[in-house]
Amino acid sequence: MNWEIVIGLEVHAQLKTQSKIFSAASTQFGAEPNTQACAVDLALPGVLPVLNRAAVQQAIKFGLAVGARINRHSIFARKNYFYPDLPKGYQISQFELPIVEGGFVLLTFPDREKTVRLTRAHLEEDAGKSLHEDFHGATGIDLNRAGTPLLEIVSEPDMRSAEEAVAYAKTLHALVTFLDICDGNMQEGSFRCDANVSLRKAGDAKLGTRCEIKNLNSFRFLERAIEYEVARQKEILEDGGGIVQQTRLYDPDKDETRAMRTKEDAHDYRYFPDPDLLPLEVSDDWIDETRARLPELPQAKRERYAREFGLSAYDAGILTASRGMAAYFEAALARLPDQQKLIANWVIGELSAKLNRENLEIGASPIDSGQLAGLLQRIADGTLSGKIAKDVFNAMWQQEEGGDADAIIAKKGLKQISDSRELEAIVDRIIEQNPAQAADYRAGKEKVFGFFVGQAMKATQSRANPAQLNEIVKSKLTE
Amino acid sequence: MQSSASSRVHELGLRQLSGLLHAKKISCIELTSEFLNRIKTLNPRYNAFITVDHKASLVQAAEADALFASGRAQMLTGIPLAQKDIFCTQGWLTTCGSKMLANFVSPYDAHVVERFKQLGMVSLGKTNMDEFAMGSSNETSFFGAVKNPWDAAYVPGGSSGGSACAVAARMCPAATGTDTGGSIRQPAALCGISGLKPTYGVVSRYGMIAFASSLDQGGPMAKSADDLALLLNAMAGFDARDSTSIERPAEDYARDLNQPIAGLRIGLPREYFSDGVDADVARAIDLAIAEYRKLGCETVDLSLPNTKLSIPVYYVLAPAEASSNLSRFDGVRYGYRAPQYGNLDDMYRKTRAQGFGAEVKRRILIGAYVLSHGYYDAYYFQAQKLRRLIAQDFADAFQKCDVIMGPTTPSTAFRLGEKSGDPVQMYLSDIYTIAANLAGLPGMSIPAGFGDGGRPVGLQIIGDYFSEAKMLDVAHQYQQATDWHLRVPEDSVALASKIPPNIPSPQAGGGLGWGRL
Repeated sequence: MNWEIVIGLEVHAQLKTQSKIFSAASTQFGAEPNTQACAVDLALPGVLPVLNRAAVQQAIKFGLAVGARINRHSIFARKNYFYPDLPKGYQISQFELPIVEGGFVLLTFPDREKTVRLTRAHLEEDAGKSLHEDFHGATGIDLNRAGTPLLEIVSEPDMRSAEEAVAYAKTLHALVTFLDICDGNMQEGSFRCDANVSLRKAGDAKLGTRCEIKNLNSFRFLERAIEYEVARQKEILEDGGGIVQQTRLYDPDKDETRAMRTKEDAHDYRYFPDPDLLPLEVSDDWIDETRARLPELPQAKRERYAREFGLSAYDAGILTASRGMAAYFEAALARLPDQQKLIANWVIGELSAKLNRENLEIGASPIDSGQLAGLLQRIADGTLSGKIAKDVFNAMWQQEEGGDADAIIAKKGLKQISDSRELEAIVDRIIEQNPAQAADYRAGKEKVFGFFVGQAMKATQSRANPAQLNEIVKSKLTE
Repeated sequence: MQSSASSRVHELGLRQLSGLLHAKKISCIELTSEFLNRIKTLNPRYNAFITVDHKASLVQAAEADALFASGRAQMLTGIPLAQKDIFCTQGWLTTCGSKMLANFVSPYDAHVVERFKQLGMVSLGKTNMDEFAMGSSNETSFFGAVKNPWDAAYVPGGSSGGSACAVAARMCPAATGTDTGGSIRQPAALCGISGLKPTYGVVSRYGMIAFASSLDQGGPMAKSADDLALLLNAMAGFDARDSTSIERPAEDYARDLNQPIAGLRIGLPREYFSDGVDADVARAIDLAIAEYRKLGCETVDLSLPNTKLSIPVYYVLAPAEASSNLSRFDGVRYGYRAPQYGNLDDMYRKTRAQGFGAEVKRRILIGAYVLSHGYYDAYYFQAQKLRRLIAQDFADAFQKCDVIMGPTTPSTAFRLGEKSGDPVQMYLSDIYTIAANLAGLPGMSIPAGFGDGGRPVGLQIIGDYFSEAKMLDVAHQYQQATDWHLRVPEDSVALASKIPPNIPSPQAGGGLGWGRL
């Protein structure tokens, strides 16, 4: 059977405000438990919420960036349920009238592009945290996170593979970090995904029964969880079974999803408009002012890189995949203004590969943009060959000589040999030592040419200027 | 100080008390002690207070005396008053009449409490109330029913019954109340005092424990319209911590108190003078209206056709909001927690089953039901639509009149226990007061004589939005022409006669500390 995979994502992006969405307490991550929870966050009797305009501002920014409609009038509602880390017994969210509706996100793949439509984006408050360890059978409650502003971004079920879902999540991640409305820190939970996954027979118009996988806090988990879930559903369907609508959790240790609750025991959240908050009115002026202050967005930046620097759409896409990446690229470019291609190749190639291998964000790179520019300058001026440059890069990564390329080159004597007399002497000696191979070449076996270049490189510890060496070997062998 | 003066201070209005304090004829400590003494003597009979803290009150009084000594006293400095136990007061128990909060000491002050403190007013204690303000008789309080000082076999009304009783029995010169469906006006009427529910948004709800957020409004309860005006000046005003607080220029609510009211058009809705009103109440109200005609007012017959809908609409909306507002009382962070439980769900169930009384549970159930999936449209959404119709009735009426008058309640105070087994009968006692909350309009009740059993009748005055100053003048003119508001329950007079004439020193009171009477 040919199954079509249907995926929609709900992303919770923690907004980058100083204070919480309905109180004046700080949103700083990592403080001692319950030190950043004021009377409002603790839901003491008699306290009331007051909306933080900065959170609204950021939601408007997002809406404008994805070409959505900004509702001039939106409503905060109460979502009622009991949980110890939900102090009021309800979460203030937006239900019937969210601040942002519609819009779309463009995904770029090496060979194609794809548009994912957005349903809505709404403002809500985060809950606190339940800490199940260290309390000897009891549960600790930390309300520091309670009331942190979230933008919940809901997509249409437009994605057809785990790869597309990850591309969408990454694109959204880049967007919110470019907009500077979210720090994008997935380990700290600033950007979390819920994936709705269903299968249907190829060609069916009707969607299949879906399962929602909650709280995926890395792109890798998102991908793995969807792949597992697709395989699970496929197996059930192919055995003639039916999918039960469920909320599931992904367990990264076991690499599987498991049922959390089914639709039957789903909560009735008893949504109703929060009488403590007036309807949110957004003026045209507010929207216009926000639009005027939007930064260059990833898509525009991507197009500009391709146009101005002659990069492929895909390469430009990688360089604009995150705010940090683009900032790194642009900072290096400022140091080496005419080496866009060289910088792009190194950032996309060597640097990204290394970061991926060590699972680091670009902001945590041991080699900063200035240091990389220093290295690339030595390639550009012929001091280093590309091959030696990689050795220097690795030394820089290990923080040798404070990560300074020139210092490493000097210390290790890695400067490229471009002195033709020195190279000629080396080549002469190798030909002399290998008369048989030289004869072979002269007899027409051109394959041994590489042998001489290799020997010369070995003799110079790869420091020979490759182009120059080729010339010399060729002329000496044909003498 | 003259002993004759001390025996009378509890009868005086706020202006007179302020005059005595400013003239240094009495100190704040003496004044506070006078009322603390009366509370000590009278409260065991009426149960109007949940918490009295002599020491804390006297400390505040001493601070007020210091303000006088340093010349920084304002008009209300040193005036003692009682707080309904729904207002959070730092360092005092704030119980909301519930077992759920019987041990709760607030770490912060409500907005109105802050205002009183800034003025140097003195708190006499926290008054009894229906649990979470849900009730019309004060019988749902975890701390026991309050008795009506006009006849202790009768209810004082509710939910601000403790405050109404305390003012009526002259245990305090004034008190705060809150009104969600009549909780200031109905007990004011039943206890023969004056009470005002301001326009929704005039008094900040910050620190006032929420019952039904879109209806709740704090307000003053006192002996006269004049006192209400002075207290409202202290309570009203924009507060950025309450998103429903209305930002408008400060006003002096006493500014119009002596304006003549000749030519005032009084609207008399026929729905408020129907068969549902007891004859003795109707008679008293007719006489009050006649008095207004004597003062040169005109009367206009009109209709508020959706009046009968106000009770069903209210009993959808108020419980809906309450069911959500009371979710925070879950035993996790503060307040009552069941002593024994199994898992988390069991802790919630037992805590809430044991911590809430029957009426609160009934309303949480109603509220959860009307908000639940599949019923929302039929109940909550419909009720919101009808709420707008009810507000429109008033908008139409105020095209034809300046104020609306009628009885505050259909009957005088009923017997303790008489309606406590029949919630619907109980709910019907708020038939005339609820509409003003649904519309957000200001409403007040002032004493207008007595019914057959010698129990007070209240005249309700409903005004247009933000017309409190005018309404207070309308009430004040009546109180200039009548003396109903000066009548004191004989029962309390007899009891109070046992109070020794001497005024205790602050040292004597200082040792009493916490006391729940």
